[in-house]
Amino acid sequence: MGLDAAAIHSALRARFGAAIGDLVGAGTNASAMVPPDQIHAVCAFAKSDPALAFDCCSNLSGVDYPKQSAIQVVYHLFSYQHRHHFVLKVNAVRDDPVAESVSDLWSTADWLEREVFDLLGVRFTGHPDLRRILMPEDWPGHPLRKDFVEPEEYHGIPTSRESLLKA
Amino acid sequence: MSLINSAPEMALTTKVDDLLNWTRKSSIWYMMFGLACCAIEMMQAGCPRGDLERFGMAPRATPRVSDVIIVSGTLTLKMALRTKVLYDQMPEPRYAVSMGSCANCGGLFQLAYSVCDGVDRVIPVDVYVPGCPPRPEALIEGLTKLQEKIQQEKWLVRKTEPVGVRA
Amino acid sequence: MYLHFANVLVFFALAFVLCGLMLGLGMLLRPSNPTPGKLSTYECGEPPSGSAWINFNIRFYLIALVFVIFDVELAFIYPVAAVFKDWVEHGNGLTVLLEVVTFLAILGVGLVYVWVKGDLEWLKRLPASRPAERTPVRRAA
Repeated sequence: MGLDAAAIHSALRARFGAAIGDLVGAGTNASAMVPPDQIHAVCAFAKSDPALAFDCCSNLSGVDYPKQSAIQVVYHLFSYQHRHHFVLKVNAVRDDPVAESVSDLWSTADWLEREVFDLLGVRFTGHPDLRRILMPEDWPGHPLRKDFVEPEEYHGIPTSRESLLKA
Repeated sequence: MSLINSAPEMALTTKVDDLLNWTRKSSIWYMMFGLACCAIEMMQAGCPRGDLERFGMAPRATPRVSDVIIVSGTLTLKMALRTKVLYDQMPEPRYAVSMGSCANCGGLFQLAYSVCDGVDRVIPVDVYVPGCPPRPEALIEGLTKLQEKIQQEKWLVRKTEPVGVRA
Repeated sequence: MYLHFANVLVFFALAFVLCGLMLGLGMLLRPSNPTPGKLSTYECGEPPSGSAWINFNIRFYLIALVFVIFDVELAFIYPVAAVFKDWVEHGNGLTVLLEVVTFLAILGVGLVYVWVKGDLEWLKRLPASRPAERTPVRRAA
Protein backbone atom coordinates (compact mmCIF):
# COMPACT_ATOMS: atom_id res chain seq x y z
CA MET A 1 0.00 0.00 0.00
CA GLY A 2 1.09 3.57 -0.46
CA LEU A 3 1.93 6.38 1.86
CA ASP A 4 -0.41 7.34 4.66
CA ALA A 5 -1.91 10.80 4.98
CA ALA A 6 0.77 12.20 7.25
CA ALA A 7 3.54 11.14 4.86
CA ILE A 8 1.75 12.70 1.87
CA HIS A 9 1.19 15.86 3.87
CA SER A 10 4.81 16.13 4.85
CA ALA A 11 5.90 15.49 1.26
CA LEU A 12 3.71 18.37 0.11
CA ARG A 13 4.94 20.60 2.95
CA ALA A 14 8.54 19.76 2.08
CA ARG A 15 7.96 21.09 -1.43
CA PHE A 16 5.63 24.04 -0.81
CA GLY A 17 6.33 24.99 2.78
CA ALA A 18 3.79 26.94 4.76
CA ALA A 19 1.42 27.37 1.81
CA ILE A 20 -0.03 23.95 2.60
CA GLY A 21 -2.34 24.11 5.61
CA ASP A 22 -2.36 21.71 8.54
CA LEU A 23 -3.48 18.12 8.15
CA VAL A 24 -7.13 17.87 9.15
CA GLY A 25 -9.15 14.70 9.44
CA ALA A 26 -8.06 11.11 9.10
CA GLY A 27 -8.37 8.20 6.71
CA THR A 28 -10.22 9.12 3.54
CA ASN A 29 -11.02 12.56 4.92
CA ALA A 30 -7.41 13.60 5.49
CA SER A 31 -7.18 17.01 3.86
CA ALA A 32 -5.07 20.12 3.68
CA MET A 33 -5.89 23.69 2.67
CA VAL A 34 -4.17 25.22 -0.35
CA PRO A 35 -4.33 28.87 -1.51
CA PRO A 36 -6.43 29.27 -4.66
CA ASP A 37 -3.59 30.69 -6.75
CA GLN A 38 -1.25 27.78 -6.04
CA ILE A 39 -3.58 24.86 -6.49
CA HIS A 40 -2.36 24.17 -10.01
CA ALA A 41 1.27 23.99 -8.92
CA VAL A 42 0.42 21.72 -5.99
CA CYS A 43 -1.67 19.43 -8.18
CA ALA A 44 1.00 19.30 -10.86
CA PHE A 45 3.56 18.28 -8.24
CA ALA A 46 1.14 15.73 -6.75
CA LYS A 47 0.65 14.19 -10.18
CA SER A 48 4.23 14.17 -11.41
CA ASP A 49 6.15 13.28 -8.22
CA PRO A 50 7.04 9.56 -8.33
CA ALA A 51 6.42 9.04 -4.64
CA LEU A 52 2.96 10.64 -4.73
CA ALA A 53 1.85 9.87 -8.34
CA PHE A 54 -1.78 11.03 -8.00
CA ASP A 55 -2.93 10.05 -11.46
CA CYS A 56 -6.65 10.22 -10.81
CA CYS A 57 -8.86 13.05 -9.64
CA SER A 58 -11.79 11.07 -8.26
CA ASN A 59 -13.94 14.04 -7.41
CA LEU A 60 -14.00 17.79 -7.64
CA SER A 61 -16.83 19.59 -5.91
CA GLY A 62 -17.67 22.78 -4.11
CA VAL A 63 -19.22 23.80 -0.80
CA ASP A 64 -20.72 27.16 0.05
CA TYR A 65 -19.72 28.56 3.49
CA PRO A 66 -21.42 31.97 3.74
CA LYS A 67 -20.39 32.45 7.39
CA GLN A 68 -16.71 32.06 6.47
CA SER A 69 -17.42 34.13 3.36
CA ALA A 70 -15.83 31.48 1.18
CA ILE A 71 -16.72 28.92 -1.41
CA GLN A 72 -14.60 25.86 -0.86
CA VAL A 73 -13.52 23.73 -3.83
CA VAL A 74 -12.62 20.20 -2.76
CA TYR A 75 -10.27 17.97 -4.76
CA HIS A 76 -10.23 14.24 -4.03
CA LEU A 77 -7.06 12.71 -5.44
CA PHE A 78 -6.25 9.01 -5.80
CA SER A 79 -3.19 7.18 -6.99
CA TYR A 80 -3.64 3.91 -8.87
CA GLN A 81 0.10 3.27 -8.73
CA HIS A 82 0.51 3.48 -4.97
CA ARG A 83 -3.13 3.05 -3.91
CA HIS A 84 -3.24 6.08 -1.64
CA HIS A 85 -5.57 9.04 -1.55
CA PHE A 86 -5.63 12.60 -0.33
CA VAL A 87 -7.95 15.60 -0.28
CA LEU A 88 -7.01 19.18 -1.13
CA LYS A 89 -9.27 22.09 -0.28
CA VAL A 90 -9.24 25.60 -1.71
CA ASN A 91 -11.12 28.51 -0.12
CA ALA A 92 -12.19 30.94 -2.82
CA VAL A 93 -13.44 34.38 -1.82
CA ARG A 94 -17.22 34.34 -1.88
CA ASP A 95 -17.75 37.71 -3.62
CA ASP A 96 -15.75 36.77 -6.69
CA PRO A 97 -14.67 33.15 -6.41
CA VAL A 98 -11.74 32.32 -8.66
CA ALA A 99 -9.49 29.26 -8.69
CA GLU A 100 -6.95 27.83 -11.07
CA SER A 101 -8.19 25.09 -13.35
CA VAL A 102 -6.56 21.67 -13.16
CA SER A 103 -8.28 20.34 -16.28
CA ASP A 104 -5.00 20.14 -18.17
CA LEU A 105 -3.70 17.69 -15.53
CA TRP A 106 -6.77 15.47 -15.24
CA SER A 107 -9.38 15.39 -18.03
CA THR A 108 -12.15 14.55 -15.59
CA ALA A 109 -11.72 17.95 -13.98
CA ASP A 110 -13.04 19.50 -17.19
CA TRP A 111 -16.71 18.74 -16.63
CA LEU A 112 -16.48 18.69 -12.83
CA GLU A 113 -15.20 22.26 -12.86
CA ARG A 114 -18.00 23.18 -15.25
CA GLU A 115 -20.44 21.79 -12.70
CA VAL A 116 -18.89 23.82 -9.86
CA PHE A 117 -19.08 26.91 -12.04
CA ASP A 118 -22.68 26.23 -12.98
CA LEU A 119 -24.00 25.55 -9.50
CA LEU A 120 -21.76 27.73 -7.33
CA GLY A 121 -20.31 30.35 -9.62
CA VAL A 122 -16.59 29.63 -9.18
CA ARG A 123 -14.59 30.81 -12.20
CA PHE A 124 -11.69 28.57 -13.14
CA THR A 125 -8.87 30.38 -14.93
CA GLY A 126 -7.34 28.46 -17.79
CA HIS A 127 -10.37 26.25 -18.34
CA PRO A 128 -10.87 25.57 -22.06
CA ASP A 129 -14.68 25.72 -22.13
CA LEU A 130 -16.23 27.17 -18.99
CA ARG A 131 -20.00 27.25 -19.42
CA ARG A 132 -23.09 25.86 -17.75
CA ILE A 133 -23.48 22.12 -17.85
CA LEU A 134 -26.66 21.23 -15.92
CA MET A 135 -28.83 24.34 -15.83
CA PRO A 136 -30.08 25.99 -19.02
CA GLU A 137 -27.72 28.49 -20.66
CA ASP A 138 -29.82 31.51 -19.69
CA TRP A 139 -30.55 30.52 -16.08
CA PRO A 140 -30.12 33.41 -13.64
CA GLY A 141 -27.94 32.76 -10.61
CA HIS A 142 -26.15 29.77 -9.17
CA PRO A 143 -28.58 27.35 -7.55
CA LEU A 144 -26.43 25.65 -4.89
CA ARG A 145 -25.52 28.89 -3.14
CA LYS A 146 -27.18 29.31 0.20
CA ASP A 147 -28.64 32.69 -0.78
CA PHE A 148 -30.07 31.51 -4.09
CA VAL A 149 -33.64 32.67 -4.68
CA GLU A 150 -35.69 30.65 -7.12
CA PRO A 151 -36.98 32.82 -9.97
CA GLU A 152 -40.75 33.28 -10.21
CA GLU A 153 -40.97 31.93 -13.70
CA TYR A 154 -38.73 30.69 -16.47
CA HIS A 155 -39.71 31.50 -20.06
CA GLY A 156 -43.32 31.90 -19.00
CA ILE A 157 -43.48 28.67 -16.99
CA PRO A 158 -44.27 29.36 -13.32
CA THR A 159 -41.93 27.55 -10.96
CA SER A 160 -44.27 26.87 -8.07
CA ARG A 161 -47.54 25.05 -7.78
CA GLU A 162 -50.21 25.68 -5.21
CA SER A 163 -50.70 22.73 -2.91
CA LEU A 164 -54.06 20.99 -3.06
CA LEU A 165 -53.61 19.75 0.50
CA LYS A 166 -53.98 23.14 2.15
CA ALA A 167 -57.42 23.72 3.59
CA MET B 1 -63.25 21.62 -48.87
CA SER B 2 -63.52 19.49 -45.80
CA LEU B 3 -66.30 17.31 -44.55
CA ILE B 4 -65.35 17.74 -40.91
CA ASN B 5 -68.21 18.79 -38.65
CA SER B 6 -70.46 19.39 -41.62
CA ALA B 7 -73.24 16.83 -41.39
CA PRO B 8 -76.36 16.78 -39.22
CA GLU B 9 -76.67 14.16 -36.54
CA MET B 10 -78.34 11.22 -38.20
CA ALA B 11 -77.96 7.48 -37.79
CA LEU B 12 -75.75 7.25 -40.86
CA THR B 13 -73.38 10.03 -39.92
CA THR B 14 -72.98 8.93 -36.32
CA LYS B 15 -72.20 5.43 -37.52
CA VAL B 16 -69.52 6.85 -39.82
CA ASP B 17 -68.15 8.76 -36.84
CA ASP B 18 -68.13 5.57 -34.79
CA LEU B 19 -66.22 3.83 -37.55
CA LEU B 20 -63.65 6.60 -37.81
CA ASN B 21 -63.20 6.78 -34.06
CA TRP B 22 -62.87 3.03 -33.82
CA THR B 23 -60.13 3.01 -36.45
CA ARG B 24 -58.32 5.87 -34.69
CA LYS B 25 -58.52 4.38 -31.21
CA SER B 26 -57.38 0.96 -32.40
CA SER B 27 -54.16 2.29 -33.80
CA ILE B 28 -52.75 4.82 -31.37
CA TRP B 29 -49.07 5.30 -32.06
CA TYR B 30 -47.48 6.73 -28.98
CA MET B 31 -44.36 8.86 -28.94
CA MET B 32 -42.06 7.54 -26.26
CA PHE B 33 -41.11 10.50 -24.16
CA GLY B 34 -39.41 8.61 -21.36
CA LEU B 35 -37.58 11.01 -19.11
CA ALA B 36 -36.96 9.10 -15.88
CA CYS B 37 -38.06 6.02 -13.93
CA CYS B 38 -41.59 6.03 -15.38
CA ALA B 39 -39.98 5.32 -18.74
CA ILE B 40 -39.03 1.85 -17.52
CA GLU B 41 -42.65 1.12 -16.65
CA MET B 42 -43.73 2.47 -20.04
CA MET B 43 -41.25 0.13 -21.71
CA GLN B 44 -42.64 -2.73 -19.64
CA ALA B 45 -46.13 -1.84 -20.75
CA GLY B 46 -44.95 -2.42 -24.29
CA CYS B 47 -43.18 -5.65 -23.39
CA PRO B 48 -44.84 -9.08 -23.46
CA ARG B 49 -46.53 -9.10 -20.04
CA GLY B 50 -48.42 -5.83 -20.36
CA ASP B 51 -48.69 -5.98 -24.08
CA LEU B 52 -49.56 -2.69 -25.74
CA GLU B 53 -49.26 -4.09 -29.26
CA ARG B 54 -52.54 -5.96 -28.80
CA PHE B 55 -54.28 -2.57 -28.63
CA GLY B 56 -52.58 -1.53 -31.82
CA MET B 57 -50.27 0.84 -29.98
CA ALA B 58 -46.80 1.01 -31.45
CA PRO B 59 -43.94 3.05 -30.04
CA ARG B 60 -42.61 5.84 -32.21
CA ALA B 61 -39.55 8.00 -31.79
CA THR B 62 -40.65 11.11 -33.63
CA PRO B 63 -43.65 13.37 -33.02
CA ARG B 64 -44.42 13.58 -36.73
CA VAL B 65 -46.01 10.13 -36.95
CA SER B 66 -47.44 9.74 -33.46
CA ASP B 67 -50.94 10.24 -32.09
CA VAL B 68 -50.18 10.54 -28.41
CA ILE B 69 -47.16 11.70 -26.43
CA ILE B 70 -46.67 9.81 -23.17
CA VAL B 71 -44.67 12.08 -20.88
CA SER B 72 -43.16 9.68 -18.37
CA GLY B 73 -40.79 11.05 -15.81
CA THR B 74 -39.65 14.27 -14.23
CA LEU B 75 -39.89 17.27 -16.51
CA THR B 76 -37.16 19.84 -15.87
CA LEU B 77 -37.57 23.44 -16.95
CA LYS B 78 -34.81 22.92 -19.50
CA MET B 79 -36.74 20.02 -21.02
CA ALA B 80 -40.15 21.70 -20.75
CA LEU B 81 -39.28 24.13 -23.53
CA ARG B 82 -38.38 21.24 -25.83
CA THR B 83 -41.53 19.34 -24.85
CA LYS B 84 -43.61 22.29 -26.00
CA VAL B 85 -41.82 22.35 -29.35
CA LEU B 86 -42.28 18.60 -29.82
CA TYR B 87 -45.99 18.73 -28.93
CA ASP B 88 -46.42 21.55 -31.43
CA GLN B 89 -44.84 19.40 -34.09
CA MET B 90 -47.35 16.58 -33.68
CA PRO B 91 -50.04 16.56 -36.36
CA GLU B 92 -53.67 16.58 -35.27
CA PRO B 93 -55.57 14.73 -33.90
CA ARG B 94 -53.09 14.56 -31.04
CA TYR B 95 -53.34 13.72 -27.37
CA ALA B 96 -51.06 13.85 -24.36
CA VAL B 97 -50.82 11.40 -21.49
CA SER B 98 -49.07 12.49 -18.33
CA MET B 99 -47.61 9.44 -16.61
CA GLY B 100 -46.43 9.42 -13.04
CA SER B 101 -46.42 11.95 -10.22
CA CYS B 102 -43.58 13.99 -11.63
CA ALA B 103 -45.35 14.64 -14.90
CA ASN B 104 -48.68 15.24 -13.16
CA CYS B 105 -47.60 17.86 -10.64
CA GLY B 106 -43.84 17.77 -10.15
CA GLY B 107 -44.18 14.84 -7.79
CA LEU B 108 -41.42 14.20 -5.32
CA PHE B 109 -39.31 17.01 -6.76
CA GLN B 110 -41.95 19.73 -6.84
CA LEU B 111 -39.95 22.08 -4.61
CA ALA B 112 -36.72 21.73 -6.61
CA TYR B 113 -35.41 24.73 -8.46
CA SER B 114 -35.03 23.01 -11.79
CA VAL B 115 -38.25 21.00 -12.00
CA CYS B 116 -41.30 22.06 -13.97
CA ASP B 117 -44.28 21.32 -11.77
CA GLY B 118 -46.28 19.11 -14.07
CA VAL B 119 -46.31 18.79 -17.82
CA ASP B 120 -49.67 20.56 -18.02
CA ARG B 121 -47.76 23.80 -17.48
CA VAL B 122 -46.63 23.53 -21.11
CA ILE B 123 -48.98 21.21 -23.02
CA PRO B 124 -52.69 20.34 -22.67
CA VAL B 125 -53.03 16.90 -21.09
CA ASP B 126 -55.84 14.47 -21.85
CA VAL B 127 -55.19 11.67 -19.36
CA TYR B 128 -53.31 11.78 -16.06
CA VAL B 129 -51.96 8.44 -14.84
CA PRO B 130 -51.07 8.66 -11.14
CA GLY B 131 -48.37 6.56 -9.54
CA CYS B 132 -44.72 6.62 -8.64
CA PRO B 133 -44.19 4.86 -10.92
CA PRO B 134 -47.56 3.61 -12.15
CA ARG B 135 -47.55 -0.10 -12.86
CA PRO B 136 -47.71 -1.06 -16.53
CA GLU B 137 -51.29 -2.13 -15.93
CA ALA B 138 -52.09 1.36 -14.66
CA LEU B 139 -50.63 2.91 -17.78
CA ILE B 140 -52.69 0.53 -19.89
CA GLU B 141 -55.79 1.59 -18.00
CA GLY B 142 -54.91 5.20 -18.68
CA LEU B 143 -54.53 4.49 -22.37
CA THR B 144 -57.84 2.64 -22.32
CA LYS B 145 -59.43 5.77 -20.85
CA LEU B 146 -57.85 7.68 -23.71
CA GLN B 147 -59.47 5.23 -26.11
CA GLU B 148 -62.83 5.94 -24.49
CA LYS B 149 -62.19 9.65 -24.91
CA ILE B 150 -61.32 9.18 -28.58
CA GLN B 151 -64.52 7.20 -29.12
CA GLN B 152 -66.60 10.24 -28.09
CA GLU B 153 -65.16 12.60 -30.69
CA LYS B 154 -67.23 14.13 -33.47
CA TRP B 155 -65.69 14.18 -36.90
CA LEU B 156 -68.46 14.12 -39.50
CA VAL B 157 -71.25 15.26 -37.23
CA ARG B 158 -71.69 18.90 -36.42
CA LYS B 159 -70.49 19.84 -32.95
CA THR B 160 -73.27 21.02 -30.68
CA GLU B 161 -73.09 23.52 -27.86
CA PRO B 162 -72.90 21.75 -24.49
CA VAL B 163 -76.14 22.12 -22.61
CA GLY B 164 -75.51 23.74 -19.24
CA VAL B 165 -77.65 24.62 -16.31
CA ARG B 166 -78.55 28.29 -16.26
CA ALA B 167 -79.34 30.01 -13.06
CA MET C 1 -55.70 -10.49 -79.73
CA TYR C 2 -55.53 -6.79 -78.90
CA LEU C 3 -58.43 -7.31 -76.52
CA HIS C 4 -55.91 -8.53 -73.90
CA PHE C 5 -54.78 -4.96 -73.48
CA ALA C 6 -58.19 -4.22 -72.05
CA ASN C 7 -57.06 -6.21 -68.97
CA VAL C 8 -54.14 -3.89 -68.52
CA LEU C 9 -56.39 -0.87 -68.91
CA VAL C 10 -58.75 -2.17 -66.24
CA PHE C 11 -55.83 -2.76 -63.88
CA PHE C 12 -54.51 0.76 -64.39
CA ALA C 13 -57.94 2.30 -63.97
CA LEU C 14 -58.59 0.33 -60.80
CA ALA C 15 -55.25 1.36 -59.34
CA PHE C 16 -55.86 5.03 -60.02
CA VAL C 17 -59.43 4.90 -58.75
CA LEU C 18 -58.54 3.08 -55.53
CA CYS C 19 -55.58 5.29 -54.67
CA GLY C 20 -57.55 8.38 -55.55
CA LEU C 21 -60.44 7.23 -53.39
CA MET C 22 -58.27 6.56 -50.36
CA LEU C 23 -56.32 9.80 -50.62
CA GLY C 24 -59.42 11.78 -51.46
CA LEU C 25 -61.40 10.44 -48.54
CA GLY C 26 -58.48 11.24 -46.31
CA MET C 27 -58.36 14.79 -47.62
CA LEU C 28 -62.04 15.25 -46.89
CA LEU C 29 -62.02 13.75 -43.44
CA ARG C 30 -58.76 14.95 -41.91
CA PRO C 31 -58.19 18.11 -39.90
CA SER C 32 -55.88 20.70 -41.38
CA ASN C 33 -54.66 23.32 -38.94
CA PRO C 34 -51.18 24.40 -39.96
CA THR C 35 -49.43 26.49 -37.35
CA PRO C 36 -45.86 27.83 -37.43
CA GLY C 37 -44.90 25.37 -34.70
CA LYS C 38 -46.28 22.43 -36.61
CA LEU C 39 -44.54 23.41 -39.83
CA SER C 40 -41.12 23.88 -38.24
CA THR C 41 -38.33 21.44 -38.96
CA TYR C 42 -37.96 18.56 -36.50
CA GLU C 43 -34.68 18.58 -34.61
CA CYS C 44 -35.52 16.73 -31.39
CA GLY C 45 -37.00 19.83 -29.77
CA GLU C 46 -34.07 22.15 -30.39
CA PRO C 47 -34.41 25.09 -32.78
CA PRO C 48 -33.17 23.81 -36.14
CA SER C 49 -29.65 24.91 -37.07
CA GLY C 50 -27.95 24.52 -40.42
CA SER C 51 -29.34 23.16 -43.67
CA ALA C 52 -30.86 19.69 -44.04
CA TRP C 53 -28.97 19.20 -47.32
CA ILE C 54 -25.71 17.56 -46.29
CA ASN C 55 -23.03 15.69 -48.20
CA PHE C 56 -23.44 11.92 -48.13
CA ASN C 57 -20.48 9.59 -47.98
CA ILE C 58 -19.58 8.41 -51.46
CA ARG C 59 -19.45 4.74 -50.39
CA PHE C 60 -23.26 4.54 -50.61
CA TYR C 61 -23.03 5.52 -54.27
CA LEU C 62 -20.30 2.96 -54.95
CA ILE C 63 -22.22 0.10 -53.38
CA ALA C 64 -25.38 1.06 -55.26
CA LEU C 65 -23.48 1.23 -58.54
CA VAL C 66 -21.91 -2.20 -58.13
CA PHE C 67 -25.29 -3.62 -57.12
CA VAL C 68 -27.05 -2.21 -60.20
CA ILE C 69 -24.48 -3.67 -62.56
CA PHE C 70 -24.64 -7.17 -61.11
CA ASP C 71 -28.40 -7.05 -60.67
CA VAL C 72 -28.82 -6.35 -64.40
CA GLU C 73 -26.45 -9.23 -65.11
CA LEU C 74 -28.66 -11.48 -63.04
CA ALA C 75 -31.74 -10.23 -64.88
CA PHE C 76 -30.11 -11.29 -68.15
CA ILE C 77 -29.25 -14.75 -66.83
CA TYR C 78 -32.82 -15.57 -65.74
CA PRO C 79 -34.38 -15.84 -69.25
CA VAL C 80 -31.50 -18.04 -70.43
CA ALA C 81 -32.01 -20.35 -67.46
CA ALA C 82 -35.75 -20.46 -68.14
CA VAL C 83 -35.37 -21.73 -71.72
CA PHE C 84 -32.16 -23.71 -71.22
CA LYS C 85 -34.02 -27.00 -71.48
CA ASP C 86 -35.14 -26.14 -75.03
CA TRP C 87 -31.58 -25.42 -76.04
CA VAL C 88 -30.40 -28.73 -74.60
CA GLU C 89 -33.10 -30.61 -76.55
CA HIS C 90 -31.93 -28.97 -79.76
CA GLY C 91 -28.39 -30.05 -79.01
CA ASN C 92 -26.98 -26.54 -78.45
CA GLY C 93 -26.68 -26.85 -74.68
CA LEU C 94 -22.91 -26.69 -74.54
CA THR C 95 -22.72 -23.65 -76.84
CA VAL C 96 -25.23 -21.72 -74.79
CA LEU C 97 -23.48 -22.68 -71.55
CA LEU C 98 -20.17 -21.45 -72.90
CA GLU C 99 -21.77 -18.16 -73.99
CA VAL C 100 -23.28 -17.62 -70.56
CA VAL C 101 -20.01 -18.49 -68.84
CA THR C 102 -18.17 -16.00 -71.08
CA PHE C 103 -20.73 -13.32 -70.19
CA LEU C 104 -20.25 -14.06 -66.46
CA ALA C 105 -16.46 -14.10 -66.85
CA ILE C 106 -16.37 -10.68 -68.50
CA LEU C 107 -18.39 -9.22 -65.66
CA GLY C 108 -16.34 -11.24 -63.18
CA VAL C 109 -13.22 -9.45 -64.39
CA GLY C 110 -14.96 -6.21 -63.50
CA LEU C 111 -15.79 -7.59 -60.02
CA VAL C 112 -12.18 -8.60 -59.43
CA TYR C 113 -11.03 -5.11 -60.47
CA VAL C 114 -13.44 -3.41 -58.05
CA TRP C 115 -12.44 -5.82 -55.27
CA VAL C 116 -8.69 -5.35 -55.70
CA LYS C 117 -9.04 -1.58 -55.88
CA GLY C 118 -10.72 -1.68 -52.45
CA ASP C 119 -13.97 -0.12 -53.57
CA LEU C 120 -15.97 -2.82 -51.78
CA GLU C 121 -14.49 -1.91 -48.39
CA TRP C 122 -17.03 -0.13 -46.21
CA LEU C 123 -14.36 1.41 -43.98
CA LYS C 124 -11.25 2.66 -45.70
CA ARG C 125 -8.05 1.77 -43.90
CA LEU C 126 -5.65 4.64 -43.23
CA PRO C 127 -2.05 4.27 -44.48
CA ALA C 128 -0.03 2.74 -41.65
CA SER C 129 2.97 5.03 -42.02
CA ARG C 130 1.99 7.75 -39.49
CA PRO C 131 3.56 7.39 -36.03
CA ALA C 132 1.25 7.83 -33.05
CA GLU C 133 1.50 11.35 -31.68
CA ARG C 134 1.70 12.03 -27.96
CA THR C 135 0.43 15.60 -27.92
CA PRO C 136 -2.93 15.63 -26.16
CA VAL C 137 -5.84 16.82 -28.26
CA ARG C 138 -8.14 19.21 -26.44
CA ARG C 139 -11.74 18.88 -27.46
CA ALA C 140 -14.45 21.31 -26.45
CA ALA C 141 -17.04 19.57 -24.31
